[in-house]
Amino acid sequence: MKYIDEFRKKDSVMKLAEVIRQNAGRDYTFMEVCGGHTAAIHRFGLPSLLPETIKLISGPGCPVCVTGTDFIDKAVEYSGDKHVIIATFGDMIRVPGTASSLEKEKTKGADVRIVLSAFEALEIAKANPRMTVIFLAIGFETTVPGTAIAILQAEKDRTGNFFILCAHKVMPPAMELLLKGETNINGFICPGHVAAITGSRIFDFIPDRFKLGCVVSGFEPVDLLLSILMLVRQVNSKSPEVEIQYSRVVSREGNQIARKYMDEVFDPCDALWRGLGKISAGGLRLKKKYQNHDTDVIMPVTTELAREMPGCICGDILKGLKTPQQCPLYLVKCVPENPVGACMVSAEGSCNTWYRYKNAV
Amino acid sequence: MNRLISITEGSGGKQTHDLIKNVFEKAFGMPEPLTDSAVLEIKGSMLAFTTDSYVVDPLFFHGGDIGRLAVCGTVNDLAVSGADPLFLSAAFIIEEGFPLKDLIRIVESMAAEALKAGVKIVTGDTKVVGKGKCDKLFITTSGTGLVSPERKHISTAENVKAGDKLLVNGPLGNHAIAVLTARQEMGITADVSSDCASLNSLISKIFENCSSIRFMRDLTRGGLATVLNELAAMIKSGISINEIAIPVDEPVRGLCEVLGFDPLYLANEGKFLVVVAPGEEKKLLEIMRSDIAGAGTEVIGEITTDERHFVTIDTITGGRRILDMLSGMQLPRIC
Repeated sequence: MKYIDEFRKKDSVMKLAEVIRQNAGRDYTFMEVCGGHTAAIHRFGLPSLLPETIKLISGPGCPVCVTGTDFIDKAVEYSGDKHVIIATFGDMIRVPGTASSLEKEKTKGADVRIVLSAFEALEIAKANPRMTVIFLAIGFETTVPGTAIAILQAEKDRTGNFFILCAHKVMPPAMELLLKGETNINGFICPGHVAAITGSRIFDFIPDRFKLGCVVSGFEPVDLLLSILMLVRQVNSKSPEVEIQYSRVVSREGNQIARKYMDEVFDPCDALWRGLGKISAGGLRLKKKYQNHDTDVIMPVTTELAREMPGCICGDILKGLKTPQQCPLYLVKCVPENPVGACMVSAEGSCNTWYRYKNAV
Repeated sequence: MNRLISITEGSGGKQTHDLIKNVFEKAFGMPEPLTDSAVLEIKGSMLAFTTDSYVVDPLFFHGGDIGRLAVCGTVNDLAVSGADPLFLSAAFIIEEGFPLKDLIRIVESMAAEALKAGVKIVTGDTKVVGKGKCDKLFITTSGTGLVSPERKHISTAENVKAGDKLLVNGPLGNHAIAVLTARQEMGITADVSSDCASLNSLISKIFENCSSIRFMRDLTRGGLATVLNELAAMIKSGISINEIAIPVDEPVRGLCEVLGFDPLYLANEGKFLVVVAPGEEKKLLEIMRSDIAGAGTEVIGEITTDERHFVTIDTITGGRRILDMLSGMQLPRIC
């Protein structure tokens, strides 16, 4: 398969691993921000190929993991209305809210449907004109353009029963927050698909202000190892900059058309990130002229004070300060079939990845 | 005890195991290990007995239909237990308003598959329920067959030892992808046909020509990864497999990449795992490849002495990782 096989070749992988070993002359801690990177690193067994001096830590880039408990509580509240269809990406179904989850509500009869895109949710709205269809709009810059286009299409077609419950987030403010706090990171493996939309320039502030290197990486083993090598070299030569390893997809300017749609439909807003708290300009909300599709405006619900399970250290894990094994709930109370925190739900969540691959081989 | 049954408890993975253990095993007291068929001793003869329900949606898909599946599935559960499948029962739950022509098409497909597999459908039951009380048509088949004494160990894995070799009879994941694309829900089309097939003819050929077969299991719900984990737990050993050796067709691989599925967890309806004594794998490979149902056979790994009883996979890139059991679910209602 083109664009896959050549990036998984054993020869190339082994050669890269060797060059990394030759160059890695000190201890390095790199954060892979994106959950997709975390999953790929473990799926291909890359830690078993790296020298022990290179430590990879997962960051706050799993959209399901950083979505606040209050968001789930609201979705659960909406799902109780028999005139409502909830359309959501699959993983959200299992994330526990304060008192329930969409999965539990579905078992009791709520109409909760899994979709692969905002557009699919819009199709459901068109096919069910008497129902209120609510799309759970989560994700970073990668999924935002899709939601934006669905909103524009709904406007054009006057699909008045299509709504979004919006928890879209943007990446740079969260990375900035991490760097302002306690951290031992020597460089970032930056999210390739976010950068495909935004361009790599959104990471410029990191070398400029924090003197740390960034490499925008693809998701195959050769991509990731090459990105690690590029970061090692940046650290060794003390020349932090933003480099693009994933150049077959990412440019400095990004996807102009997608960015235009995002800007047309969304405004920046403060947003609650699970585990990280409120981040200034860390999220997006619908612009005033599209708020007729915003559940928070049209049908606001009040939920009881959202609360996370005591003991859950998702926050420290998302910041890369702790590993899942340091959590008192990990494997005791929190397992994929009965998750306590969102990081155990998503296949891109640190805890779920640690659980599946046991970090033991 | 207000807990309600969740859809993931039917996924064939960890949650299904827990439900069986905590509810059914507790009430019925079935003997361990839980295998695809019960192997029962009656007056000196060994009888295998199995049952399975089929709720696949849609009823018709590329390469098969619910009827063919209902025959193949039960025949295969018997065959991988070391039995020669003989008799089947078939029970139908039909939703009011179901088209008769579809029912006839499905039943004729069952008859054709039974003839091919050399089994007789000898008893059955029919219920019609009100509109909305079931989804179109559900079928339950049960089956029996005789197990010769020298094959008693096949389903329990009691003879499996470190060093034994693992084989699968062809590319994985085709059934799951065929059903998924037949649903036309995700706007996906692919030229993938279900691998739905009765395996008893291939399996008897294996037994006739190879005396050192240690274990067999069909790779249905939960896929190869789940079966390997079940086996590791049964024999209290490790298993090591080689990703590059595992056959997966290109369209299936492509769709898995797009949709984020792992073919090792996808359901099959005509694939099985065979464990054979070391040194015998080449001979077995030849025997299996000479049969149409085994043309794509590959040696994929071996039993290890790992004390943690992990299933590990040497990845295509040269890394190594754990291959865990399916938790949650990848796809709804594929069998």
